[in-house]
Amino acid sequence: MIELAAVRKAFNQGRENEYWALNGIDLTIPANRVTVLRGPSGSGKTTLLTVVGCLARPTAGRVRLGGKDISGMPERFLTEIRRRTFGFVFQQYNLIRGLSAVENVMLPAYPLGPPHRALRDKAEGLLETLRLSHRRDSRVEWLSGGEQQRVAIARALINDPQVLIADEPTANLDTALSREFLGILESLRESGKTLLITSHDPLVTESSLAERVVNMRDGRIVK
Amino acid sequence: MAWFARQKYLIDYTVASLLRRKSRTLGLLAVYALVIFLLASVMLFTHAVRREAALLLADAPEVVVQRMVAGRHDLVPGDYLERMGRIRGVQSTEGRLWGYYFDPVVQANYTFLVPREAPPAAGHAVIGEGIARARGIAAGDVLAFRGYGGKPVSFRIERVLSPASEIVSSDLLLLNEADFRAFFGIPAGKYTDIALRVANPQEVRKVAQKIADEIPDARPILREEILRTYESIFSWREGVVLVLMAGAILAFAILAWEKAAGLSAEEKREIGVLKAIGWETGDVIRMKAWEGALVSLSAFLLGYALAYLHTFRFDAALLAPVLKGWAVLYPHYRLAPVVDALQVATLFFFTVFPYAAATIVPIWRTAVTDPDSVMRS
Amino acid sequence: MIFQPAIIALLLASATGALLLAACAPYAVRVLQRWDLASGSEYQLRLERRTYLVSTIVAFVLAAQVLALLLFVFNADRMAVMFVGAMCAVGTLNANGFGFPALLAQIAVFFLACTWLILNHLDTSAEDYPLVRVKYRFLLAIAPLLAVAAWLQLRYFLGLKADVITSCCGSLFSEGSAIAGDLAGFPPGPAMLAFYGALTATLAVGAACLKTGRGTPAYAAASVLAFAVSLAGIVSFLSLYAYEHPHHHCPFCLLKPEYGHQGYALYLPLFGAAAAGLGAGAVAPFARVASLAQRAPALSRRLVTVSMVLFVAFAAIASLIILRSNLVLLDGNSPL
Repeated sequence: MIELAAVRKAFNQGRENEYWALNGIDLTIPANRVTVLRGPSGSGKTTLLTVVGCLARPTAGRVRLGGKDISGMPERFLTEIRRRTFGFVFQQYNLIRGLSAVENVMLPAYPLGPPHRALRDKAEGLLETLRLSHRRDSRVEWLSGGEQQRVAIARALINDPQVLIADEPTANLDTALSREFLGILESLRESGKTLLITSHDPLVTESSLAERVVNMRDGRIVK
Repeated sequence: MAWFARQKYLIDYTVASLLRRKSRTLGLLAVYALVIFLLASVMLFTHAVRREAALLLADAPEVVVQRMVAGRHDLVPGDYLERMGRIRGVQSTEGRLWGYYFDPVVQANYTFLVPREAPPAAGHAVIGEGIARARGIAAGDVLAFRGYGGKPVSFRIERVLSPASEIVSSDLLLLNEADFRAFFGIPAGKYTDIALRVANPQEVRKVAQKIADEIPDARPILREEILRTYESIFSWREGVVLVLMAGAILAFAILAWEKAAGLSAEEKREIGVLKAIGWETGDVIRMKAWEGALVSLSAFLLGYALAYLHTFRFDAALLAPVLKGWAVLYPHYRLAPVVDALQVATLFFFTVFPYAAATIVPIWRTAVTDPDSVMRS
Repeated sequence: MIFQPAIIALLLASATGALLLAACAPYAVRVLQRWDLASGSEYQLRLERRTYLVSTIVAFVLAAQVLALLLFVFNADRMAVMFVGAMCAVGTLNANGFGFPALLAQIAVFFLACTWLILNHLDTSAEDYPLVRVKYRFLLAIAPLLAVAAWLQLRYFLGLKADVITSCCGSLFSEGSAIAGDLAGFPPGPAMLAFYGALTATLAVGAACLKTGRGTPAYAAASVLAFAVSLAGIVSFLSLYAYEHPHHHCPFCLLKPEYGHQGYALYLPLFGAAAAGLGAGAVAPFARVASLAQRAPALSRRLVTVSMVLFVAFAAIASLIILRSNLVLLDGNSPL
């Protein structure tokens, strides 16, 4: 479903501290599967996630999504594709402090302008499946780490994306919570979502969930 | 429909975000409202004064004729009255007697005047509120001045003028004709000036032209010209004060720029999150534009309401000394409240417009935050 | 110059607008030289991001222009008292040779900014931004016009001198600057014929255009013509009906509260209709661009529809004013 061909990504281009985070990536991410990117920090996993997830454009190379070349698209349209296709769970969760859990979940849908009642119902439904109904009106900074992550997952799912992207999801969780998270991923995979995860946590990379593990180093894929 | 829903979501978000940063929002709002308050006070005040003057002039004679001798004012001989009365179009003529008197006791100028109707009895005077206040006197008291030739002259106060039209009557002292002539030593048959009534407004200029032709030392002054002069003088003063406040406006614009540009780390992070979870640059710009609109609207309403209270309830206490006449006896009166669309629009251009112009670039700069910034930190 | 708050505000607004757009010019040049959507370079990304700033600025300038236009007219009306012979805004605008040119330049800025934003809307709806160069060339053309409009307005205000009382012989020397503040206008009969004729013709062209999908440029031309004829119609007879006075021709007094703000009901649809008509004409040729083959005709159809609806609204309001008026201009023998 997502194909990358000779993708390269530079930062600070043309300056002295120019730096190539991705250095020729060829990769196919199949639909309805769980793909895990493994590698040390600085290996380019996160940059690869941003390119795949339409958060950033490659400096060179091609990215195809469902057969359509999206590598040269302006940000305006990348955003449109991103919010309908991808849901993100960030390492630091990145919830907006001061807003309640349910408001945080609704945020990605604001620019689409759905009817308010329907949106709220949907957000509450997602929180319920993640067993967070009792916390839905609490401000997010009052939630525990595991609860915050579940809010972040609900937020990632609010626009019904086909692909869920998670960056180092277990980095801030203890073992019990990590296992719980893997359980959630399992049920998402069963519902037909495509999952793309970066991790160097063996709990993730060696679990049965990880159907495919891609190893990265220095901006390249290593076999 | 989705468009409206979208705007409503953006407004919801921005309201919540403003409330989360109460102290910052209130600080900006206070400064913003203060600038609007100052400017609006100046505008409301001058506009009301101007209107007051126009209302007063509405009853004034169409033409006033003075006599000029060697380029200076002189008394008008009584036979001019009759000569002018013969000019076609003149409805009536009236010789007027008035003058100024400097009262050393309170160091202020009074205007002495013989009223057209119901002059005070001999030895009596009617005074304006300002004189009554300055000298601390009331009806029934006696007021003494040094008259013509140095003789002390005293008048018994018949009554004090009602404060309704105080802006012009504040320093007024009314006498009857005989007392006035005796006090200033003006011979009988001479007048300060002559007031002409002209029935047809279209003939006013013609009449003035004829007077100038027939009586070469007469100087006719038209009511419409006084009105015009007032209009430009008050507008001019208003303009000067506004320009003096330009510094304040500029400082305010810089503050607006800085507030918009100097986002806290927390706020920058929030924008980054919004971008990452699917907000487009245009959405962020619109959200921030709503923020500006809400802040501007609140500040505008607040500042304008305060200025309204200040001008019409508290007599423009902060501005009156600058904007009112040069006389020492400040009128002490309530202006009739007027709100004028032109002024509101002008005020808008002096406040909201600079604010919006100053925030465009910072807003844009915030909105183009890299969507992947949250993943790189 | 007359030193007055509204004048200072208008000068401030026009200078700001001109400067903002001038500041966009170097960027427009860079877009023309270096725009390359295929490139993934950071430079290209920066260029793309800057387009948001430019469209925001143009939208801001447009909004400011609409308000400034109103303020300009209001203020002219208010200042009439300062000029001998000026009864309302027309007299003030005639006080020197720059008044009407300044007004026309501002109206032109309004239409051009509208057209630019419509083009921008079309351009950003296609993934390859096909009109980017067209748009920025157009912007480079508008920027000087904005400066000219600001300059005309400045000259106009600098040239204003109130007829105040002079220290010698009060009144009569101001006579020299008296103004014949009357736009004579045509005789009402033929003017009315032209007025309704132009509107009907425009609607006919619009209908044909919607039916066949062709002739949008003709519609744009027709709507500009209808706009001009409508303005002339307002001056020559509609104002008379509105004021119920056989010699009061002013197109601006209509905006005043004394006349129930009827001017807004007339001018808003009229300006909107002309702007949409022009926009439709500007959009139509780009149906040739591959990525706009669907979008450009769809947008221009929408604009033609909007423009026609607004013209109908304008005609209806104008007719209502005439029907409700107690003034009789045309007797049974007149050509209508």
